[in-house]
Amino acid sequence: MAEAKKYPAPQGNPESAAFWEAAKQGKFMIKRCTACGEPHYFPRSICPFCFSDKTVWEESSGEATIYTFSLMRKSPTGPFAIAYVTLKEGPSLQTNIVDCDIDKLKIGQKVKLVWKPTEGAPLPFFTAA
Amino acid sequence: MTIKGKAYIAGIYEHPTRHAPDKSTAQLHAEVAKGAIEDAGLTKADIDGYFCAGDAPGGVMPMVDYLGLKVRHFDSTDTGGCSYLVHLGHAAEAIAAGKCSIALVTLAGKPRTGAMPPRSAGAEADFELAYGATTHNVYGMCAMRHMHDYGTTSEQLAWIKVAASHHAQYNPHAMLKEVVTVEDVLNSPMISDPLHRMDCCVVTDGGGAMIVTTPEIAKSLKKPLVRLIGHGEAMKGPRGGKDLDLTYSAGVWSGPRAFEEAGITPKDIKYASIYDSFTITVLMQLEDIGFCKKGEGGKFVADGNLISGVGKLPFNTDGGGLCSNHPVNRGGMTKILEAVRQLRGEAHPKVQVPNCDLAIAHGTGGLLGVRHAASTCILERV
Repeated sequence: MAEAKKYPAPQGNPESAAFWEAAKQGKFMIKRCTACGEPHYFPRSICPFCFSDKTVWEESSGEATIYTFSLMRKSPTGPFAIAYVTLKEGPSLQTNIVDCDIDKLKIGQKVKLVWKPTEGAPLPFFTAA
Repeated sequence: MTIKGKAYIAGIYEHPTRHAPDKSTAQLHAEVAKGAIEDAGLTKADIDGYFCAGDAPGGVMPMVDYLGLKVRHFDSTDTGGCSYLVHLGHAAEAIAAGKCSIALVTLAGKPRTGAMPPRSAGAEADFELAYGATTHNVYGMCAMRHMHDYGTTSEQLAWIKVAASHHAQYNPHAMLKEVVTVEDVLNSPMISDPLHRMDCCVVTDGGGAMIVTTPEIAKSLKKPLVRLIGHGEAMKGPRGGKDLDLTYSAGVWSGPRAFEEAGITPKDIKYASIYDSFTITVLMQLEDIGFCKKGEGGKFVADGNLISGVGKLPFNTDGGGLCSNHPVNRGGMTKILEAVRQLRGEAHPKVQVPNCDLAIAHGTGGLLGVRHAASTCILERV
């Protein structure tokens, strides 16, 4: 079911272009502020914590744990799992858990990055590790 | 500076319809405006301030023209379902500052007749839209984590719906008038784990409106006097993904601000209108604005504690969004309207709280598990 699902291509903009270029190379990038040291996601040019413009790209391990999830049953394309996962590097992000038995998901479970194609750059998803 | 006691709610109106395929959205706004103006004993020419949110077709300029208003103050702040609770606070600020003296606030729309347009996205669009966040699954994620962290159960959440249904049976306009049990809620279909169908509010066409005015004008009119004595508003989002915690909302900031301004505590409140898009919304808000400690919401709502005449905190005595009305998928206006009815002594006799002199109307807007706002209004009968 999930394999048949079509995902929208990212529109991109000057601020996020480097993220999507890296995604095409299979690299999942987050931003880190060199002034306060905090990582964040989704990426901004100015740090959302200390407001410094000294932010740099950093490749994430793609390793994460499930913070929370919900199985959406009311969907024309079949049930799917929306989730927040917390990256090993720190930031949490919204995603879907795919390509595994979603009825067995648990908070705290280890998951790993998997890319799904679109008509443009691929999108980051997570699956059971 | 404070808005305490500087603005009164002099007129209210809730549209009786729950399904209006034969009316336009602008028409519904006009009908609720007319209802509130007449309830106050005023005329349209008296209105010099107008407030509306994203449900007003085309925004504030076309609405002012359509309604034939001549205003010197306007505000189209849109924070989803709690917009009207924000508007009440902003109207009080404007009135206190002399920017207007009689403000009209309207809400109306028809999501039951036809699907609403998708909400607009911000800078996060490319990083989130593909994941299919809806109200159901995002609030589901909040409930899932709340259960994990605090042991909250589906049975406890169900008590919130049960209490709302006990009240709705007395509301002739309620969409769902049948009294339900905890078992009924648990046996209803799972929509987005752990939320069942009966954990979700109704989808209704309709709307509501209110008139906010100065103490002097309110006292010259015939309705019982209800005034705003405290207001708070706040926002919360994932903020770069740092220290994500979906078990609390922006209510932790809006609530205390409102109580501080009012100079009272949650213990003083006789009636509570609490935003009820889902049962989990109510449970988290009760904790966040201080009716119980964080994590103890499940115990607080259980065993009928929210049922008028039975429990300690009568809530949503019109049946709320869970059973009566959630017009335009935005429950903030109806929360204010039932609080005013309680303070006026105009609630149904079966659910009227005796000597109701202090009430709270609190709501959130947007998506609780993602980006949302909260607004808290404390109202007093004078």
